[in-house]
Amino acid sequence: MLAYVLRRTAYGFVTLIGVLLLLFVLFFLYASPHEMARRAVGEKAPPEVLEQWIVNHGYDKPKLWNPEAPLDTLLVEHFRRALTFDFGRSDADGTPITQRLREGMGPSLALAVPSFVFGLLFSVALALFVAYFRETYIDRMGVILCVLTMSISTLLYIIGGQFLIGKLLRWFPISGFDASPSVIARFLMLPVLVSLADGLGGSVRFYRTVFIEEGGRDYVRTARAKGCGDLRVMTHHVLRNSLIPILTRVVVAIPFLFTGALLLESFFGIPGLGSLTVDAINGNDFATLRAMVFIGALLFIGAQIATDVSYTLVDPRVRFE
Amino acid sequence: MEGHVFANLVVAALLVGSAALAFVIRRSELWREAAVQLARRRPIALAVVALYLVIAVLDSVSWVGGGEAGEGGDVLALHQPRSLVDRMFPLDFDEKSYSAPLASAEFYGGDPLEHPGLHLLGTDILGRDVLHVMLDGTRIALLVGGFTSLIVIPLALLVGVSAGYFGKRIDDAAFFVMSTLSSIPSILLLITLIMAMGRGPVQVCIAMGVTSWVGFCRIVRGETFKLRELDYVQAARALGVSDLKLIWRHILPNLMHLVVITFVLTFSGLVLSEAILSYLGIGIDGSWGQMIDQARDELARDPIIWWNLAAASAALFALILAVNFVGDAVRDVLDPRTLRERE
Amino acid sequence: MSEPLLRVSELVTTFPASGGRAAAVDGVSFELAEGEVLALVGESGCGKSVTALSLLRLVPKPGRIESGSIRIAGREVLSLPLSELRSVRGKEAAMIFQEPMTSLSPVLTVGAQVAEALRLHEPISAAQARRRTIELFEQVRIPDPEARFDGFPHQLSGGLKQRVMIAMALALRPRLLIADEPTTALDVTIQAQILELLRDLQRELGTAILLITHDLGVVNELADRIAVMYAGRLVEEGTRVQLLGDARHPYTRGLLRAVPSLGRRGERLAEIPGVVPAPGERPPGCRFETRCPVKLARCANDPPEDTPVTPGHVARCFVVAQELAR
Repeated sequence: MLAYVLRRTAYGFVTLIGVLLLLFVLFFLYASPHEMARRAVGEKAPPEVLEQWIVNHGYDKPKLWNPEAPLDTLLVEHFRRALTFDFGRSDADGTPITQRLREGMGPSLALAVPSFVFGLLFSVALALFVAYFRETYIDRMGVILCVLTMSISTLLYIIGGQFLIGKLLRWFPISGFDASPSVIARFLMLPVLVSLADGLGGSVRFYRTVFIEEGGRDYVRTARAKGCGDLRVMTHHVLRNSLIPILTRVVVAIPFLFTGALLLESFFGIPGLGSLTVDAINGNDFATLRAMVFIGALLFIGAQIATDVSYTLVDPRVRFE
Repeated sequence: MEGHVFANLVVAALLVGSAALAFVIRRSELWREAAVQLARRRPIALAVVALYLVIAVLDSVSWVGGGEAGEGGDVLALHQPRSLVDRMFPLDFDEKSYSAPLASAEFYGGDPLEHPGLHLLGTDILGRDVLHVMLDGTRIALLVGGFTSLIVIPLALLVGVSAGYFGKRIDDAAFFVMSTLSSIPSILLLITLIMAMGRGPVQVCIAMGVTSWVGFCRIVRGETFKLRELDYVQAARALGVSDLKLIWRHILPNLMHLVVITFVLTFSGLVLSEAILSYLGIGIDGSWGQMIDQARDELARDPIIWWNLAAASAALFALILAVNFVGDAVRDVLDPRTLRERE
Repeated sequence: MSEPLLRVSELVTTFPASGGRAAAVDGVSFELAEGEVLALVGESGCGKSVTALSLLRLVPKPGRIESGSIRIAGREVLSLPLSELRSVRGKEAAMIFQEPMTSLSPVLTVGAQVAEALRLHEPISAAQARRRTIELFEQVRIPDPEARFDGFPHQLSGGLKQRVMIAMALALRPRLLIADEPTTALDVTIQAQILELLRDLQRELGTAILLITHDLGVVNELADRIAVMYAGRLVEEGTRVQLLGDARHPYTRGLLRAVPSLGRRGERLAEIPGVVPAPGERPPGCRFETRCPVKLARCANDPPEDTPVTPGHVARCFVVAQELAR
């Protein structure tokens, strides 16, 4: 098992290098520092101002090869910064990026973790419920509801949630964030609820299919034949055997946490990494963007490895490979 | 070549292509049967999608000339290309600013409108007729879904089949590229690509294509692996049939049902992604996503301005819902298990 | 004893088919006494598995038991509330299935699954359940039972898995064991072992067994009585000696003739020409009529009735009735 984890981690590292390469190609070869300067300073700026900007931001080195000092190139710089987590300064306002990343982690996690956990719990429970009543009224209505809710854009959930609950009903504040433990929940409630509503449809529909498929298997018949009640069959047999597809789906859902973070944080004024990214877009801040993509990929790869490892915990057939 | 002439040619090509496709389908019993099944299961959803298609096509065919400017009219507008949808509205239809649906006066200030009672869905901040803007958005939505798929599907097929069929080095390389791309959360990758390439409709489509081809490519690769091991394929290889011919005659046709299913199922995802990009400011001008984005602070006003948001949301929702229903039915109809039963 | 352990009367179980529903089990009646082994024999698709599943109401949707009566130990199974049905399942009557490879949950240890059967019906502790399970494993001749308790199904061979199934089924000493083709999916040598195990256990515990099978060799090993099923109906019933020695129904005779024998080398394999009619295409009279070598005119239109041949031996055939009349 250890060998497997090491192998996966090694390949993950290789992938990360690939990501850095892609970023380099996009931001230094395809779109040159000159481009970036022009976008940051303005289209009509005179060349000296552009040059000054480039120097100020440390982009005045040769891109790939420096005959005088082979390691003093943008390429090496790019890799070095990423791998040492020293991301330099923002292209937009010059603030140190690494520090802002660290500050943003907390609020982002405060939003992402409850969204993820509650989302998983609710969708699994609902899916079990609907699957239990398969082919009855409840099931059919459930499926249609799922398709309906899946077809509504995330944006509409956010706008609708803010309008209905924030403005009309005034249950929770429309936006804002305060990290002190006594009030933090109030600010997170609405975004978490919105995130739940958004993701529920697709997840319930998927899990329902999994549960129905497992429910038709032979070992379920055996369980019934020895006297297992329906509830126990669902929780002890079907659910346990469905963990692998559930875990797979969880991995797939992680990118949506990122999308959610971007939208929810900026809509609800939560100062997390998502807000940071949105600011970077608006401010043409390529340096921050590069850092965010690297961090995002790192987190995603880490999550994938973690899920792979959890497969072995959940299914004995995978363990003894 | 002028933009609108190019668009006209593309529409013509599409129509010819669709006719050819329909002809091919009619000749194959399997596909004809599938089409019939589909029409039987989801007539309403199909009709809705067809309606959207028609509007999009009508909005893509445009030419200059015709129409009359009203008094003090916009002479400049006379020389812009106007599509069939544009021509359904009077030439100089704009008001000064907001007005409620079917209103006779402006929303703020109460001044009388140029065309009282004619704006079915009201006007937006620039005075444009909301119904008109909404219909224009249809073209963009279908463009996003269709054009992007046009990029995704051939690319995924090319890489997937090569990797699956030829294996070894090609597969390793393909796998590395796919891993790299898929390890970046798609929204971040989208943003990165658009920021690097610039903001424009073509760039947005390319970016979305790059972000979404990996999933399909994986499936194609897996299926090609399986197909390559089938007895009759092995037999053909033993007989010396060239690889290209094998791929063309045995592998690709067996992937077609996956192509159709993937196309329909990812369509709605692409349109929804564009809406999010519009919110972030890097979407395509004139899309429903942009309308929704503008609507955000309209809701904060008092009294609220709701018609812009409602129109865009309804249009978006109806299309996505219809495509989802059709997509489910397509998947059921083309499921290899049901295909096998019918043999 | 007034009532037999198992009494099935006019059981009808249907499945959806083109144009409505078709009866996979179409009016089947039989009895099983305590400690007796009854083999239910027939070709694939004749409805014998569905009959077995119906006994404990395990017929998968969209199948449905339409009518009839199933009495186990004096209780009418078809009208039991679910809570009581659950106490019958596994305790009064247990079932083992044909596919040991898929009949056990892959994510639980085999020991846990057998222990579950015990703890569902008796308030014993986990440790006690473990001990009893290991004893059961010994009884079904699983080598190294202590270690096997913590093993997973995918680590066991088909034969071992079937032994686990038998242990699970007999854990609570049910009076009735329903065995649906228990050896069909196993290698021939393993088949013999499992059959021997079943026979020994049956003698030791006095369990009545309803044995579903299409293999006449298996029947010869275990059965006291045999019932032959064709296209949803029983066509002949009798003791092992009566049926294997003096089969009357043309179908039974055809089946027996079709068994290849080492002594008759060089001869053509005897077969019953034609195929079993699909549920939607059954003729109104005797269902075997389309393939019967000795059919009469009335066989096509009138469904034959039970014709007693000798005490305990019944056939459902006009030709048999005619022969007896002479």
